[in-house]
Amino acid sequence: MKKVLMGNHAAAVGAALARAQVVAAYPITPQTQSIELLAEMKEKGAFPGAYIAVESEHSAMAALLGAASAGARTFTATSSHGLAYMHELLHWVAGARLPVVMAEVNRALAAPWSLWTDQTDSLSQRDTGWLQFYCSTNQEILDTTIMAYKIAEAVRLPAMVVYDGFTLSHSYEPVEVPAQDAVDAFLPAYRPEQVLDTARPLAFGALVPPKEYLRLRRSMAADMARAETLIEEVGREFGEAFGRCYGVFDAYRCEDATTLLVTSGAVGSTARAAVDALRERGLAAGNLRIRAFRPFPAQALRRFLGRGVKLAVVDRNYSPGASGIFAQEIRAALYPATARPPVFGYVAGLGGGDITVELLQEIWSKVDEGKAEKTQPTWAEDAR
Amino acid sequence: MLEIRFHGRGGQGTVLAAKILADAVLRSGKGQCLAIPEFGVERRGAPVAAYARISERPILVRTRIYEPDALVFLDAALLSAQTLGGLKPGGPLLLNSESPAARLAARAPGFRVEPIAATRIALEHRLGSQASPVVNTAMCGAVAAYFDLCGLEPLLAAVREAVPVKHEENAAAARQAFEIVQEALHARA
Repeated sequence: MKKVLMGNHAAAVGAALARAQVVAAYPITPQTQSIELLAEMKEKGAFPGAYIAVESEHSAMAALLGAASAGARTFTATSSHGLAYMHELLHWVAGARLPVVMAEVNRALAAPWSLWTDQTDSLSQRDTGWLQFYCSTNQEILDTTIMAYKIAEAVRLPAMVVYDGFTLSHSYEPVEVPAQDAVDAFLPAYRPEQVLDTARPLAFGALVPPKEYLRLRRSMAADMARAETLIEEVGREFGEAFGRCYGVFDAYRCEDATTLLVTSGAVGSTARAAVDALRERGLAAGNLRIRAFRPFPAQALRRFLGRGVKLAVVDRNYSPGASGIFAQEIRAALYPATARPPVFGYVAGLGGGDITVELLQEIWSKVDEGKAEKTQPTWAEDAR
Repeated sequence: MLEIRFHGRGGQGTVLAAKILADAVLRSGKGQCLAIPEFGVERRGAPVAAYARISERPILVRTRIYEPDALVFLDAALLSAQTLGGLKPGGPLLLNSESPAARLAARAPGFRVEPIAATRIALEHRLGSQASPVVNTAMCGAVAAYFDLCGLEPLLAAVREAVPVKHEENAAAARQAFEIVQEALHARA
C-alpha cells in the first residue's frame, strides 16, 4: 500500500516490518521522529519489541550491544553529535560482530552549530567496521532498512542506513509500504550462532593476544569483502520480491556518457534531473550514485568504469587537510585499474546548502570541457 | 510540474499543509507530490516556509524551490519583496485575507493576488482563536481547488488523517474553502 511518509517514518516503519525486537534510542534533531514513531507504536500495541529509553547515545548503543549479544534483532537511530558520542561503542558492536541496524540522519557537526544535512558525521565513522548505505528517496530508506538486516546478519557486521537530514528526514512523499507477510518471507528471524545465555555461559570480548586479534580482524575484513557481492544479491532478491532492485551503486544514463556526476544520498536524485537537462542540450551526461560506502564497491567500480570517461565527484562532506571523502575513496579504488578515469573533486552543500540542478550542470560542464582543477578539490555553491 | 512555495509562521501548521496536499494528491491517483519543509530555528511565530512539487511523473529534484509557479501565504503580513522573490511573472499568490483583490494587488504588482478568507473560515469552525486561528486546513482546501490538484473526497480524507484534533471541523473548513474557490473559478470561466 502506498502512503505519504517522511523519511524518518520510513526508517521506523522499515524497522518495525523487520520485526526489530529491541530499540534503545535517544532523541536528536533531525532524527527524532523515527524513534518517536516507534515509541508511539509501542504505546498503542502496534510494535511488540522492547523500547528502552536511555540517557545518552553512548548508552543506547551499549544497550544494543547487550541485546544483540543475547540474540535480539535491534534498531536505533541517531544523528551528528549523537553519532559522535556513540563512537566508542560503534567499534565495540562491530568488533563483537553484532548485526545492529541504525538509521543515521546526516547533520553537520559543530562548531558552529548547524542542524542541516552534511555527510561528515557518518563518514567520520568509516573505520569502525559498520556497513554504510546512503539513500536517495524515502522509499529507499524503508527498503534499505529491511535489506540492511538481511545483509548485516549474513556477514555478522552492523549496518548504518544513512540519509540526509531535513531533505529526506522531514520531507513527505509516497512510499510503497510492503505487507508484513512479504517482509517475513524475505527476512526470516535472526538466528545467531552464539548467544549470551545464562544457562550456557560463554565469555565475550575477552582480552586476546596479538595473533588472535589479527586473525579476528582478518575474518572481519573477509566478511566485509563478502558483503560487496551480498549487497548485490540481496538487492536483486529484494527486486524479485518487491519490484524494486538495488545494488552497490545506481548508474543512470551512463552507457555512452563522456563525464559522470558521482553522487550519494538525496543529491543522487537531484543529479538525475541535472543529467536529463544536460541530455536535452545534447550533452553525454550520466549519474553514478554510490549506495554502499562500506564496503566501498572498489571492484564493481573498476569493472564498470571504462577508458575515456571523466568523473565529477560531488561531496557533501569534507576531510580537512585532504578532500571530499567520496573523491578520496574513488581515487584509491581506481588507482590499480589499467584504464584509470580522471577524478575531479567538488565540495558542495556543507551544513545543508542546496546542491541544485543548475550547480550540478555547472560542475558537469567544467569537468567535461576540461576546465576543472585536477589536484585540489573545488568548492562550489549555488549563488542563491 | 507545479512548484508551490508556502509562507507561514511557526505553529500555524504550514508544513502540515504541504503534507496534507501530498497525501491528497496520492489518494486522488492524479500523480504525486513531494513536500519539503524549510526548517529554521523552530520557534512559535517565526516565519517558516515549505515547498511542494506536484507532478504526474516521478519527482527527482530535492532542493528548495527558487522560482515557484505559485505562492501561498497563511499569514498576509508575511507578504514582502523578499517572500515574493522568484515568483514567476503573473504567477498566482493565494493570500489569507478578506481584503478585495484589487486593494491587495498594489502589494504585489505584476502578480495575480487571490484572497482566501481562511481566518474567517477557521474561526467559523472553531479552529484556534481570534489571536491565533488555525488556517492551514482552509488554505489546503483553497490550494487544492485552485490548482485542481485533487477532488474533494481525497482532500477531506487527507485532512482527517493528518490533523491531531477536531477532525470534522478541519475537514469542514477545507471543504468550505475548496467549494468557495471552485465556485469562483466556475464564475470566471
